[in-house]
Amino acid sequence: MMTNKLFKNKEPLFHVVKRTDIPSWKAWLFRGGAILFGILIICLLLLIMKGANPFVVFGELFNGCFGSSRRTWLTFRQTALLLTVGLALIPAFKMKFWNLGANGQILIGALVSIMCMFYMGKAGVNDAVIIIVMIPLSILAGAIWAVIPAIFKAYFDTNESLFTLMMNYIAEGLVAVFLSAAVTSGSGTLDIQQAGNLPRLGNDHLLTIIVSIVLLVVMFIYLKYHKHGYELEVVGESQNTAKYVGINVKKVVIRTLILSGAICGLVGLLLAGAIDHTISTTTANNMGFTAIMVAWLAKFNPFLMVGTSFIITFLGRGMSQVQTRFDITNDSISDIAIGLVYFAIIAVEFFVSYKVVFRKKAPHIEVKEQNNLVTETKEDK
Amino acid sequence: MVAKNNTKNINITFENISKSFGVVKANQNVNLDIYEGEILALLGENGSGKTTLMNMLSGIYYPDEGNIYVKGEKVNIASPKDAFSYHIGMIHQHFKLIDVFTSLENIVLGIESNVSKKQKWSYFFKNFYKKKEDRETKYIDRASVKDARPIVQEICDKYGFILDLDKKVYDMSVSEKQTLEIVKTLYRGADILILDEPTAVLTPIEIDKLFNVLRNMKNDGKSIIIITHKLNEVMEISDRVAVLRKGECIGSVVTKNTNEAELTEMMVGEKIELNIKRDEPVNPVDRLIVKDLECKNEDGREILHDVSFTARSGEILGIAGISGSGQKELLETIAGLIKGSSGEITYINPKTDKEVNLRSKSPAQIRDLGVRLSFVPEDRLGMGLVGNMDLVDNMMLRSYRKSKSHLVDRKKPTELANEVVNELGVSTPSIHTSVRKLSGGNVQKVLVGREIASHPKVLMVAYPVRGLDINSSYLIYNLLNEQKKKGTAIIYVGEDLDVLIALSDRILVIGDGEVRGLVDARKTTKREIGLLMTKKNEGGLDDDK
Repeated sequence: MMTNKLFKNKEPLFHVVKRTDIPSWKAWLFRGGAILFGILIICLLLLIMKGANPFVVFGELFNGCFGSSRRTWLTFRQTALLLTVGLALIPAFKMKFWNLGANGQILIGALVSIMCMFYMGKAGVNDAVIIIVMIPLSILAGAIWAVIPAIFKAYFDTNESLFTLMMNYIAEGLVAVFLSAAVTSGSGTLDIQQAGNLPRLGNDHLLTIIVSIVLLVVMFIYLKYHKHGYELEVVGESQNTAKYVGINVKKVVIRTLILSGAICGLVGLLLAGAIDHTISTTTANNMGFTAIMVAWLAKFNPFLMVGTSFIITFLGRGMSQVQTRFDITNDSISDIAIGLVYFAIIAVEFFVSYKVVFRKKAPHIEVKEQNNLVTETKEDK
Repeated sequence: MVAKNNTKNINITFENISKSFGVVKANQNVNLDIYEGEILALLGENGSGKTTLMNMLSGIYYPDEGNIYVKGEKVNIASPKDAFSYHIGMIHQHFKLIDVFTSLENIVLGIESNVSKKQKWSYFFKNFYKKKEDRETKYIDRASVKDARPIVQEICDKYGFILDLDKKVYDMSVSEKQTLEIVKTLYRGADILILDEPTAVLTPIEIDKLFNVLRNMKNDGKSIIIITHKLNEVMEISDRVAVLRKGECIGSVVTKNTNEAELTEMMVGEKIELNIKRDEPVNPVDRLIVKDLECKNEDGREILHDVSFTARSGEILGIAGISGSGQKELLETIAGLIKGSSGEITYINPKTDKEVNLRSKSPAQIRDLGVRLSFVPEDRLGMGLVGNMDLVDNMMLRSYRKSKSHLVDRKKPTELANEVVNELGVSTPSIHTSVRKLSGGNVQKVLVGREIASHPKVLMVAYPVRGLDINSSYLIYNLLNEQKKKGTAIIYVGEDLDVLIALSDRILVIGDGEVRGLVDARKTTKREIGLLMTKKNEGGLDDDK
């Protein structure tokens, strides 16, 4: 009668349960442990490949980031830039608008700055005038690049991920068009621009760092205490709730993306006017995508993003030093190593949200209550 | 282990079943027997673990501890498929049917047919570019559908199901869909049927029909388990009642030897007064007049047709109807969330006696007009509150715009949150806990508390006690009565007719987006309302049917 031939002895050994109560210190301990674990794997990898002493590898990671005052400054600048792009992304992400177009928004901001520097510099315009013109224009350009997908999203409910992603390629194309028009030498690279450079504060790096710190504080206040920040969070959590309390969803989407794009435009301005003084199609250095990880790993918390953007910069810069030190000519080794650490960081989120439970055997207790009932039923019949 | 019984055989035994989700213990050491040929009512408040227990029997969850025995044999039910192999079938609250299929196709669907794997794949590759639904319709093995027809017909005749085998599911009423689900489960050979709150969506007459077929099935020797929290139904249909409280099985009693008061006490753990008090309205005046309101949904289909009624101050106007008859749209149109296409919604300001038409105004405009309208929507966490925000931020939703500053002021909302927590007895770790983590009853208290805090003149509530335990439900009824005393016009959309009749002053019955009747709640009966709900309108428009 029974068809239990298959299942009879197949008791699951364990199952996965969602954690509801993990204290945050424990979660961060897990995450910190994951990073260390990832780095240990790198060390192991290098030990096998190159016979490298793990302690040396560890030392070189730090050496690459803090080995000289120039390296230290570069690490901080790179962290600051990544942080700023992350800050640009979080208002959009909190609204559940998946802006994958930060790269394009940075690039278009940089392009507009470079164009100001190039053409106005050629015409012999005063540096101060160039700077005054290029700051608002490049910020505006970034904002426009972000607001186009936002408008389509708000009015026609288009897919923002695809739209912003495609805008990246358009921005790259525009840069290529500019380069082919501006560069006559045939090398394809634009010379370092002398006109319209942003003022140097002490050295080449401090300006970027100061801008990012200011933005960090402003963004924190905006998200936590400003009405706009509150509204965009409501929209992100539930559009129905937003409508129910009378928030104009379209307006909030467009307003937030203007802000997001404007900050990306500002990053472009910094790259063109204060750091690179030139442009190529890879000027944004994929920061638009790396920053997505920065934002997510920090759970959209601006201050935690300082930490995540630092770790990512640290790994990148440290690994390139390790690579030089151990004569690894193949670039992908460092990419693989960094990938391993990222993998550990992402994988640990599973253990933060879930735990694995092994099945306990039930104690055998005689069932007494039911026996009485059986007799009761019998009497009734 | 359990004494053999002469008259009845034990079908299923639960032995020390425990299951927890995180820190929540959904079931704890549950011991329970289910006999052949009986209807067992599984009674308990929301969150007492009834559905979890049954989900373990039907293979959706797997117990953390304990064993399940079917006919004395220890079994491991790891999937619904395993459950079926032990002849256990569950009918869930949300039906799992495919809209574009007929009854018969739905019944046959998912059963291994004689078609070989190779044939299936070749069919798939020939048709993969087609729309999924088209593909699946044709994919059903015609031969097995034909073979099934006499068997299904026999099942229907045997137990008295009324089911049109060639009707498509999208043409069916909720009751027909439920019938189909039961027949489907029987066709697959279920001897043990679990019904999760089967009466929640049915009208009184449909409930009678359902109970009749359940009795027929019982007499045929099948075990039926009904999960419910409605006492009157337990008394009517069941042979035996098992009561769960906070995940533990409190005990089981033979229905004949017990009464409602005793069951409530077992269920709640304390004695409870089950009467809803109703005062006479104090000089009611018209507050909200809805006239010939029409409204269309996104597809241009008419959801509300010529709806007219008046809500008066100091009075509770109940709205009854089969779920999905336009109740939600009616309230949302009044609140300004849906634009009505024609008609008038007139609000009479109690201070100035000025009339304003609210139709086609947005919620923000309605508020700016000084209309004191509060709305407790059906979807608490999806519309009324933001689940991931804490109590304070949720209190702020309605009021944050009032201050002129650019920054939000959290001082007043904090005070309000404290007030709501203290006065309504919200059990929460702190006012900075996100609302999602609270239980259903506490979520509703937070929402109702906020809506009442703005001293509304019109208060609309949609299914305010759905999913709440008895104590919380009565707290909500009392809050509504207090508002009524203060002269608020209350519109109450409910599903439990007993409560509607006991609480409201007048009841508006709607069906298919039309007003079917307005009755005096003090004089009406459940049957009268049930008839009005299902009444077919003569010469009506019903063109979508």
